[in-house]
Amino acid sequence: MSNEEGYVTADGRKIGGTLMEMKNITLRFGGVKAITDISFDIKEGEIRAIIGPNGAGKSSMLNVISGFYVPQEGEVWFKGAKRPPMKPYQVAQQGIARTFQNIALFEGMSVLDNVMTGRLNHMNAGMFQQAIWKGKAEREEVENREVVEKVIDFLEIQSIRKTPVARLPYGLKKRVELARALAAEPMLLLLDEPMAGMNVEEKEDMSRFILDVNDEFGTTIALIEHDMGVVMDLSDRVVVMDYGKKIGDGTPDEVRNNQDVIDAYLGVAHD
Amino acid sequence: MAQPSQAAGGLASIPALLHRNATEYGDRPAYREKEFGIWQSWTWKETETEITNLALGLINLGVNEGDFIAIIGRNRPYMYWSMVAAESVGAIPVPLYQDAAAEEMAYVLDHCGARFVIAEDQEQVDKVIEIQDRLHQFEHMIYLDPRGMRKYDHSRLHEFAHVQEQGHAAREEFTPELRRREAKLDYASTCVMLYTSGTTGKPKGVVLSNRNVIESAKNSAEFDHLRGNEEILAYLPMAWVGDFIFSVGQAYWCGFCVNCPESAETLTVDLREIGPTYYFAPPRVFETQLTNVMIRMEDAGKLKKRMFDYFMALAKKVGPSILDGKPVGFGDRFKYWLGNLCVYGPLKNTLGFSRVRVGYTAGEAIGPEIFDFYRSLGINLKQLYGQTEATVFITVQPDGEVRSDTVGVPAPGVELKIDDSGEVFYRSPGVFEEYYKNAESTASTKDAEGWVATGDAGFIETDTGHLRIIDRAKDVGKMADGSLFAPKYVENKLKFYPNILEAVVFGNGRDQCMAFINIDLSAVGNWAERNNIAYTSYQELAGHPKVLETIRDHVEEVNRSVAQDEMLSGCQIHRFLVLHKELDADDGELTRTRKVRRRIIEEKYEDLIDALYGGKDEIYTETEVTYEDGRKGSISATLKLIDAAVVPVATQKVAAE
Repeated sequence: MSNEEGYVTADGRKIGGTLMEMKNITLRFGGVKAITDISFDIKEGEIRAIIGPNGAGKSSMLNVISGFYVPQEGEVWFKGAKRPPMKPYQVAQQGIARTFQNIALFEGMSVLDNVMTGRLNHMNAGMFQQAIWKGKAEREEVENREVVEKVIDFLEIQSIRKTPVARLPYGLKKRVELARALAAEPMLLLLDEPMAGMNVEEKEDMSRFILDVNDEFGTTIALIEHDMGVVMDLSDRVVVMDYGKKIGDGTPDEVRNNQDVIDAYLGVAHD
Repeated sequence: MAQPSQAAGGLASIPALLHRNATEYGDRPAYREKEFGIWQSWTWKETETEITNLALGLINLGVNEGDFIAIIGRNRPYMYWSMVAAESVGAIPVPLYQDAAAEEMAYVLDHCGARFVIAEDQEQVDKVIEIQDRLHQFEHMIYLDPRGMRKYDHSRLHEFAHVQEQGHAAREEFTPELRRREAKLDYASTCVMLYTSGTTGKPKGVVLSNRNVIESAKNSAEFDHLRGNEEILAYLPMAWVGDFIFSVGQAYWCGFCVNCPESAETLTVDLREIGPTYYFAPPRVFETQLTNVMIRMEDAGKLKKRMFDYFMALAKKVGPSILDGKPVGFGDRFKYWLGNLCVYGPLKNTLGFSRVRVGYTAGEAIGPEIFDFYRSLGINLKQLYGQTEATVFITVQPDGEVRSDTVGVPAPGVELKIDDSGEVFYRSPGVFEEYYKNAESTASTKDAEGWVATGDAGFIETDTGHLRIIDRAKDVGKMADGSLFAPKYVENKLKFYPNILEAVVFGNGRDQCMAFINIDLSAVGNWAERNNIAYTSYQELAGHPKVLETIRDHVEEVNRSVAQDEMLSGCQIHRFLVLHKELDADDGELTRTRKVRRRIIEEKYEDLIDALYGGKDEIYTETEVTYEDGRKGSISATLKLIDAAVVPVATQKVAAE
């Protein structure tokens, strides 16, 4: 654990020390620089937003955190230790879960089964045991089902428990994805545009759930979002990116008044 | 019937019944609730422990005898325990409608002066916090689900489980006090206070004693032979008297199991899983279910559809007779058996009605087709007529004497009388004690001998002894020739046709009845589509000659049916028109609960009524309408005024003299 001190938010929550730190990350795809020399940290228990105009490199950043991309330069520190290049499943085992911008659920499976896949890292019965479903496999299934049911209860999706995902409306699919990520009981939850394409009511519900997750389980949340109203209301600190560079970092109020940020969003005449 | 002053065996309160059940049927399930995808259950023994711990916790918090404890939440075992625990410590439970707005709650909480509130979740807690500054007697709130409330100021907030733990920890100290308070409860002490929904004026707090609740539960349980192994699904609002009688009164008296659904959205699934044996629902629930069945059958395959149609026609013919044990030919019996195998059984299973032994509907008139549909499937659906003030039961339909047009015979222990104006009065052990802090209303509703006015006009059929409700007493009038005028009776008959959404009948003090009719856009629109009738607006459809013709057929059919009724044959509709706009609450023509506001419609459409009575063939009219955002506009139309055939009858003057 890092020794860096936490802080207290405006609404009185205590934020802990640094959970994850990105140091001078640079990510290149061939000749294209997606991310240029970006550093920031995520502290334990906070809601951290990454914002920026289209193509700013937000999703790439999230993919670096989740281990999907390995940056050419820079270091990722997690829980006070430098993280070697890892496969995404190893990152998941460390306690990082995510949702996707374009929903990535198993469409033909029921909501319950989809959420159960979030528990895969917590099951280690072998294939043979699973097949005869006795002893360890059965015990594990029961234990994990209990965790999953609590998540289902938490996100209020009891009524669609047995419904195939393909039959659900978009807003609910997003919620099921959140459920799957939560089922993994992550320390750090990455949300890639959780509100994209939602109507106002669905956005309100989702905001409520994000705040509740943070409050109830103490989960650290890093999210990418386009809806400025949502970002400013939800997050404790915001990183602003533009053209792969960090142009702002701070509380929503600080960021809102940052001239570079205003320019990036409203546009400014280029010389 | 004599009123026992003390119950047999000292079972004079709900807590006493709880202890009896815990001793006698300790291992039988008392409550089930689906949570985390599994039906969790509590036996009577466990229920007793939970309630005792909560009661001790309430004493620990400082609840005094005679305090009011408001209970706000959906049907959950914990909420039912709260009510019983409140009574155990000598306090009075006051369940509130959980979907009420904070403002509405403020009135009730202030009126009863609740010192304590037991709320289900953050939503309810927030509402009470919003209004707590106005509640001078409010002190502590207990909440069940801690979610989202970690950061709340906990000086007046307590978690349900903690209250129980603290009560359990202090059991040495407080148990004697709890026993003392429980021992003081008798038939005369208050069991619960329920607020009437208040269609006119402010809600009134109806105080019900243990005698009211236990006697009513006992009588009705005997009437329907309810036993300890019934299963019910508790899903209707806890603040409603019916739920209190079914889920507390009868459940504790008989010792049967109350099942609570997982959430409002999972109700249909939970209903199927539990398969209740005793079921209650207002007509609109049955109506929606029937509509769903019909829509899904429209989408079914040809073979299934034909099978369904064939066997439903058969069921309509012989089903009710088989249910009532009347003689039916062997051939039909065999076919019905086959139908049960192929259609009725699976359908009942889908609806969750496979095991229903007794089902009730009440609250408003149910359409005969809907009623017959369920009965023809072999579901023993019956009607009852009741009020909060009567602890539900006034009349009920006995098995084998079920009809859609009566509400049954007086329930056991109930006496009925009809006064000169036709209003129904009753007297029973269930008659409420008083309206809380409202002696004036109490006196005007309940007389010195215990007779209570229902506010409904009706009569008792001489040959069967069944009560028939005609209308609200204040709407009933006299025609010019002195015969009875009951608009709602005729309107209901009209509204049972799917094509007719709303009807308003006029004729008080006149020699003939006239009617306004609103078509049902979805039903008529659907019909128009299937028959290639083009229309661009509601108004055009409502004025289409073919639609008018259909409506006239309906009106004439109603006239024929009304003519068969000796007392009301004068209410046949001579002329009618189909309105060019839907009656709307925004225009003040309906109440928010969609009840017709007769006086306002009469004033607003005076020109149309005059034209109907004046014998014209058509009339041009302009009507002001209010849009949803409050803006006003007007629509104009030329309406056809149509004559309907009536069945000639000799007026009933002779009987009146």
